Amino acid sequence: MDYFAVVCLEVLNAVATLVLVSIGLAIVFGMMKVINLAHGEFIMIGGYAAITASKLGVNIWIAILLVSPIAVGLFGFVVERCIVRYLYGRMMDTMLATWGLSLLLIGLITSIYGNTTIGLSSPLGSMTIGAYQVSLYTVFIIAVAIAVLGGLYLLLTRTDFGLVARGVMQNASMSAALGINPARIYSVTFSLGAALAGLAGGVLAPITGVVPTIGVAYVAKSFITVIGGGASILTGTLAASSAFGTVNQLTTFLSTPVIGEVGLLLVAIVLVRMLPQGITGRFFRGRV
Amino acid sequence: MTITRRKVLKSLAGAAAVAAAAPLSSFAKGSDDIVIGSLHDLSGGLDILGKPMQDAMQLAVQEINDAGGLLGKKVSIVTMDPQSNMQLYAQYAQQMALKDKVTALFGGITSASREVIRPVMKRFNALYFYNTQYEGGVCDRNTFCTGQTPAQNVDKLVPYVTKRWGKKIYILAADYNYGHITTDWIKKYAGQVDATVIGADFFPLDVNQFGPTIQKIQAAKPDMVISVLVGGAHMAFYRQWAAAGMNKKIPMASTTFNNGNEHIVLSKDESDGIVTAFSYFESINSPINKGFVDRWHKKYGADYPYIGELAAATYQGVHLWAMGVKKAGSLDRMKMIQALETGISFDGPSGKVTIDPVTHHCVLDIQIAECKDKKWKILESYKQQKPVDTAAVCNLSKTPNENKQFVIKI
Repeated sequence: MDYFAVVCLEVLNAVATLVLVSIGLAIVFGMMKVINLAHGEFIMIGGYAAITASKLGVNIWIAILLVSPIAVGLFGFVVERCIVRYLYGRMMDTMLATWGLSLLLIGLITSIYGNTTIGLSSPLGSMTIGAYQVSLYTVFIIAVAIAVLGGLYLLLTRTDFGLVARGVMQNASMSAALGINPARIYSVTFSLGAALAGLAGGVLAPITGVVPTIGVAYVAKSFITVIGGGASILTGTLAASSAFGTVNQLTTFLSTPVIGEVGLLLVAIVLVRMLPQGITGRFFRGRV
Repeated sequence: MTITRRKVLKSLAGAAAVAAAAPLSSFAKGSDDIVIGSLHDLSGGLDILGKPMQDAMQLAVQEINDAGGLLGKKVSIVTMDPQSNMQLYAQYAQQMALKDKVTALFGGITSASREVIRPVMKRFNALYFYNTQYEGGVCDRNTFCTGQTPAQNVDKLVPYVTKRWGKKIYILAADYNYGHITTDWIKKYAGQVDATVIGADFFPLDVNQFGPTIQKIQAAKPDMVISVLVGGAHMAFYRQWAAAGMNKKIPMASTTFNNGNEHIVLSKDESDGIVTAFSYFESINSPINKGFVDRWHKKYGADYPYIGELAAATYQGVHLWAMGVKKAGSLDRMKMIQALETGISFDGPSGKVTIDPVTHHCVLDIQIAECKDKKWKILESYKQQKPVDTAAVCNLSKTPNENKQFVIKI
C-alpha cells in the first residue's frame, strides 16, 4: 500500500516536471507558432540565475520562485525585441534563429561558469510514507506545477490581458483592426513563456544541478509534450504530460530507466500517429 | 629601471613558458628538445577530467627539466585539445606522431578515446601512456597503462564494505562499457565473500531524475549501494538520494565518486560517509605526497579545488617514462620499451609505482577512504597491488606482438 503511494507520488512528480519544462514552450509555440529551440537554454539560465542569486545570499525560495523567472523573463523580452519579432509567421526561420541562439548561450554560459555541474542542496528535508522515505521537495515541485497551471488558467480566462492575448493569437490583423497593438501582446507573451522556462530551471536546479548543456535534455521532451498536447495550451500540456510522465515512470518502476525513456518515446510516436493534431486536436477541443 | 642581460633573459624565459603552456604551441619548443604529446580533453564534456591531467603533465615536465632534463636536453610538451570529440582524437594523434614527432604521447580519458589513440601510436612507432583508471584488458607492447584496474580497486573495496555494512549490494552504474564491466567485477568479488548483488540499474549519461530508482532501492532493502555513476547529470543522484534522507539510512560506496570532483561540488551533508577506493588521495600522509601537493599548489594556486587520481596517475606516468628514457640512454622506441620493461619503479605521491613488464600495467598502492567534511579520510591501505585481471589474459613476454583489448572473462 505504501509502495503504491510512493509510486503515485513519483508519477505525479514526473508529470509535474514535464508540465514545468514544457508550459513555457507551449505558450510560445502554441500561441505564437514560434519554434523556440533555445527553450532548453532558457531553462538552463533559470537554473544558473537561481544558483547565482542564492550564492549571493538571496533567500533560496526567493531565488527559485522570483529571481529565476524574472531574470529569464527579461532576457526573453530582449530576445523577442532583437530577434524573434522579425520572424513571426516564418516558422522555419524561428527554428534556425533560436537554434543559433541556443548554441550561443551554451558557449556564453560555459565561458562564464565553466563546465562543471553546480547546484544547490534541496532546501526541504524528507518525509516518511510507511516504510519509504521521499524528498519533500518532490511535493513542492508538484505544488508549483499546480500553481502554474491554475495561475495561467486564471490569467488567460479571467483577465483582459488573457482575452486580448487569445484574440491576437487567433487573428492578429482582426485584433489590430479593433485597436489592439499585436506587437505588444506578442512581446509580453514571449516574455511570459521565457519566464515560465526560467521558473522551471530554478525549481529543478536543486535536484538536478545545472551544466551549460543541460537544456538539451529538456528541449526534446518539452517539444514532444507540446506536440502531443496539441492546440490547447493548458489542457494539452496537462494531458500530454500526464500520459508521458505516467508511462515513463511506470515503465521505469517495472523495468529499467533506459526502458522508461524508450517507453515515453514509443507512446509519443503512437500518439502522434493516431492523433496528428495532438490530444486536444480531437478531445477537449476549444479549451484553453 | 635598468635593463640588464639577466632581466632580459628572465623575461624571455617567462614568455617562452607562457607560450609553451598555451595550446597548439608546437612552434614554441626549442629545436632539439625531447617532445612529448599531451592529448587530453581541455574543453567539452570531459574537460573537468582533462584539465588536471594536463596540469599534471606540465608539473612533471617542469620537475624533469629543473633536474637537468633528459639525455642533456630539455623536455617540451605539445598540447592538443580534442574537445571530447573522438574524431579529433584520431586526427590530433596522427598529427602528433607524424608532424610533431613526439617521443611519447600521454592522453586519452575514456576507453573509447584510448582505443582511438592506441593503434595510431602503434602504427607510427611512438610510445603511448594511458593514465586513467579503466576496466582492464589492454595488451599492447607499445602502450603503458598507469591507472588502476578493477582487480586493484574493486577487489579491495567490495570485501571492505561487505565486511563493514552487510552482504546485500545494490549497484547503480553508467550505461556504457565502463559501467557494465565494473558491475560484472563487483558481482565477481561479491561472490567471493558470499555477498550478493540484489539489483543493478544502468543509466544513460544524460539521465538526471532518479526518483523511481530511489524508491526501488528502498523496496529492495540492500545493505549498501555501490555507485558506478559517471559525469555531471549523474551527480544529481547523490543530491536526490540525500534529499530523500536515504544517505542516513543506507550507506554508499563508489568506484567513481571524486574523479569528477563530486565531493567538492556537493555539500558536506550530501557526500559525507561515501567510501571509495583509489590509488591516490590528496590526503595520503607521506613526505613525497606532501611535497607533491605543495609544489602543485605553488604552481597552480592555493585554491586549486582538488588533485585527484587521474592527475596523480598522469604525473607518475610522465616520471616513469622519464626514468625509462634515462635508463635506455636513447630515444629509440624499442630501447625505451625494453628499459621500461626492466621493472622500473617510481616513488610517487600515491606510493611506489612499478611497471609490470608482463602486462605494461602498474603495480601500485590502493587506499580505501571515506568522505568527511569534503575531505578524504584514509581508512585502509593495501601496498603493491598487481594488475591480476589483465595478467590473466595478457603476457607480453610470451606474445610481444599482441595488440588488443581483451574482454576479461569474469
